[in-house]
This record gives sequence, structure tokens and C-alpha cells, in this order.
Amino acid sequence: MLEVRELAVSYGAVNALDGVSFSAAPSSITAVLGANGAGKTTLLRAMTGLVHPRAGAVHYDGDDLTALGVEDVVRRGVAHVPAGRGVIDQLTVEENLRLGSLWRRDRVDGRKAMAETYELFPILAERRRKLGATLSGGERQMLAIGRALMSRPRVLLLDEPSLGLAPRVTVELMAVLVDLTPLAALTVILVEQNARSALSIAQRAVVINLGRVVMADTAAAVGADAGLRHHYLGF
Amino acid sequence: MSHFFDLTLNGISAGMIYAAVALGLVLIWRATRVINFAQGSMAMFTTYLAVTLLDRQVGYWEAFVVALLAGLAFGAVVERVFIRPLRGKPEINAVIVTLGLLILLEGLAGAIYGVRNRGFPAAFSQSGLSIGGRRVSFSHFDVFILVAVVALMLSMVVLFRATDLGLRMRASAFAPEMARLAGVRVGRILTLGWAVASFAGSLAGLLVAPTAAFSPDYMDLILVYAFTAAVVGGLDSPAGSLIGGLLTGLALSYVGGYLGSSLEPLGAAAILIVVLGSRPEGLFARPTPRQV
Repeated sequence: MLEVRELAVSYGAVNALDGVSFSAAPSSITAVLGANGAGKTTLLRAMTGLVHPRAGAVHYDGDDLTALGVEDVVRRGVAHVPAGRGVIDQLTVEENLRLGSLWRRDRVDGRKAMAETYELFPILAERRRKLGATLSGGERQMLAIGRALMSRPRVLLLDEPSLGLAPRVTVELMAVLVDLTPLAALTVILVEQNARSALSIAQRAVVINLGRVVMADTAAAVGADAGLRHHYLGF
Repeated sequence: MSHFFDLTLNGISAGMIYAAVALGLVLIWRATRVINFAQGSMAMFTTYLAVTLLDRQVGYWEAFVVALLAGLAFGAVVERVFIRPLRGKPEINAVIVTLGLLILLEGLAGAIYGVRNRGFPAAFSQSGLSIGGRRVSFSHFDVFILVAVVALMLSMVVLFRATDLGLRMRASAFAPEMARLAGVRVGRILTLGWAVASFAGSLAGLLVAPTAAFSPDYMDLILVYAFTAAVVGGLDSPAGSLIGGLLTGLALSYVGGYLGSSLEPLGAAAILIVVLGSRPEGLFARPTPRQV
């Protein structure tokens, strides 16, 4: 169980997160929704240690992740795919993937994970020698997620994976997530502006506005709340 | 014509030295966006360490290796002690610190070893080789310089292209945050980068000491020429530092040979102005394609 408790982050005088709490279970997708600037990206960054929270904790497997450095959070099985920046342009596709499994120091399993990733995203196998910079938006997102999966994570934090993607590609990507989540017993936290598509695959949803949780419930309940949809989700 | 030939050979030899120092500058620049002005004086210090050992009757190659390893350690210590605390602050802070370090190290070396020129032995004969019955201005020692720097460059290619460590180093340099998210301990990798850069500088310091007027400031001008070489090759390109070093070495050798050696620094300035004006990213650094 992943538990975010009263997490608060400030940038100077601005409270980006103001006491956010929710929990997420293995083999489930939790959508984190809200308008631009609601604090969704900050939430993920605080969970992996990229920003230091002012207060609160992220409990996972008996650890408080906020007390660890990024590299150690990663070693606890948490993989974070940042929005639009999950690929290193100057490295090839294969190098980007290899990087994801290096810390595990298990070369045999690293190769196996690589083969599985290529099976999941065959286009990446075709592009394996190409530089990250030459990929299309959809390929980049697949590579970013592939890189994250290379470390065999138990928690997957995805920041706006549908950003800039064609609807068809978004659907493909979401389908992969739906298949993968129970298979790898992943705890997926899916940050999305595209609330409709996120709700369609998530079991639970957390709606954030101005750094506070407005509602945390099943995805169906959140999707059914017309007022909430109108005010915060824009559909 | 034979004068031209000799100047070319001299240029190659000098260019190798600039290339090694330039490599050190490039490794640090592309990882941290800091120009390490102390690169030359750090090499000076480890070369003094070598000469101290030589004075104590330690064998030449033992002293050589100790100086190189000291360079490796020195780079790591400088990063940890002086540069690490400045992370997250504007890069200019670290640049100023390296300038301070330059002054500090040269002052220290002067205080410990004296400021007069002193000799540094060469590993091999410095008299010109005989090619086709004619003596050319390229000695056994120049051959050694060439081999040593090419070996350094090749080992860098292997390190960066063929090893996991090299992949970590490149990832940390290009995208530190992404590298951390992939589990790379970027802090350690940066320390290692400084160590390798300082190692390259130390090699250059040892190689050039026999032909330079070996004193605490003997690397100053070489640092300027190496910086020129790094800019010519592209500050982001380790491979460019070899080509940039060669081109700079050759150009300055011709300037010195035909126009007078006192004009060499002006020649370097001219090269810098031309390259920065026409191709500021250098000849070999690829400008990163921008995502639209």
C-alpha cells in the first residue's frame, strides 16, 4: 500500500500542495486529476524526492519516501515518468532503456527486461539505434514508460503520458497500462489533464484543486459527479 | 617546405597536449556547465609531485603513474570540497571558485617549490628523429606524447560508448534529473567526471613539462590554448577536443613559425573570435535538435 499523508510543498510563499492525503493499492490505477497548476506534477515530484515537502509523508513498504534521496526512492521500486521529459535525447533508444535497469546490477534480467519492453512496444525495437531526439511524440512516451518498466518497478508514477499525443496513440498507451497493471502488480499513479481517458482506465481517482484534495473516491463515483466534472475536470 | 613540415610536426605534438587539457575542460563543462580554470594549475601541482618523487630517486615511470593517480584523486577532492557545496547555485559561482583555486595552487606551488624554472626530465630522447636521412623536429618523446594522448582519447571512447559507467556519465551530463530518476547516483558520477578530467590534465602536465619552462605558471598559457581547442572542437564534444587540439596546435605552430612566437597568444585569440563568431557551438558539437 502506498500512502500519501498530509503532503505539503511550498515554492517560496506559494503553497503548491497543502495537505494532500490519499492511498493507492497494488494492481490498481489511481488517476490524479485537476486543472493546470492544481499541484499534480508537484505531487509526483514530492513523492520521488525531486522536491522536498514542507510537511507530510509518503509511506511505502514501511519507508517514508520523503526521507530518502531520489536514487534511493528509485531503489525501493518507484519509477517516475516526468511529463514530456522522460527521454534523454542524446542517447539511443536502447541506451535509454539500458539506463533504466542499470542500478539493479542484474545484467541477465536487464536483457530479459529489454526483450519484454521491445515485445510491449515493437516500434522501439525497430528504432533501437536511433537517438531519443529523433522519435515521434508517441514513441517518446513509449520509450519513457519502457525505461521506467526496465527497473521492474512496483510503483509507477506517470505524469501526463497523453500530453501531445494523437488520440489513437493515447488509446493504445492506456490499453498497455490496463494490461500491465495487474500483470506486474503495479501501483499506478496516473496524473492526467485528459480526465475522461484517465477515468476510463482508473479504479480510483483523486481530484486536486489549488493543492488540496477536492474528492478521492472510485473512478466511477468521480466520473458520475456532474458538478465536480464541470468545476474541476472540464468535461 | 621543410620548415613547413617541421612546423606541422611541432603543431601535432603541441596539439596533443592542448587536446588532453581540452578534454578535461569539456568533460567538466558538459557535466556541470562550469569552465574549470584550475585545470592547468591542478596538473601543475601533480607534475610537481612527480618531480618531488624524482628528486627522491623514485623511478621515472613510478613517479609518472603516481602523478596521474594523484590527478585522479585531486579532481575528486576538488569536486567534493569546492564544487559540490555550490550545486544548485548559479554556475558562475563555481567558475569563480576555480579561478580562486588557480591562484591558490600557483601561490602554494611557488611557496613550496619556488617560482624559478626547473627542469623536468623527458621519458624519451628529445632530439629529432631522422627520416630519410634528414633530421626532423619530431622526437621519440613527441611520438610518446602522440601515443599517450591518442591512447587517452581511445580509452575515453571505450569508457563512454561501451561501458555502463560511461552510459551513466553521459546520462548524468545530458539530463541529470532523468539520470537520477533512472537510479544513477549523479553526485558520485560528477565526482568521477572531475577525477577523469583532472587525470587527463595531469597527463598533459607531465607530457608538456619537459619542453615548457617548468615553473608554477607553466600551464597558464597551455590552459588558454586548450580552451581555444575546446571551443574549436565544441565544448560539448570530447571527440571534438582531439580535433580542436590538433587544429589549434597546427595553427599556433604556423603563427609562431612564420610570424614569430610572441604572436601565438594573439593567434589563439584570433581563432577564438573567428570560431565564436561563425560557429559558436564549435566544429563538432551537434546543436541538440529541439522538440516542437
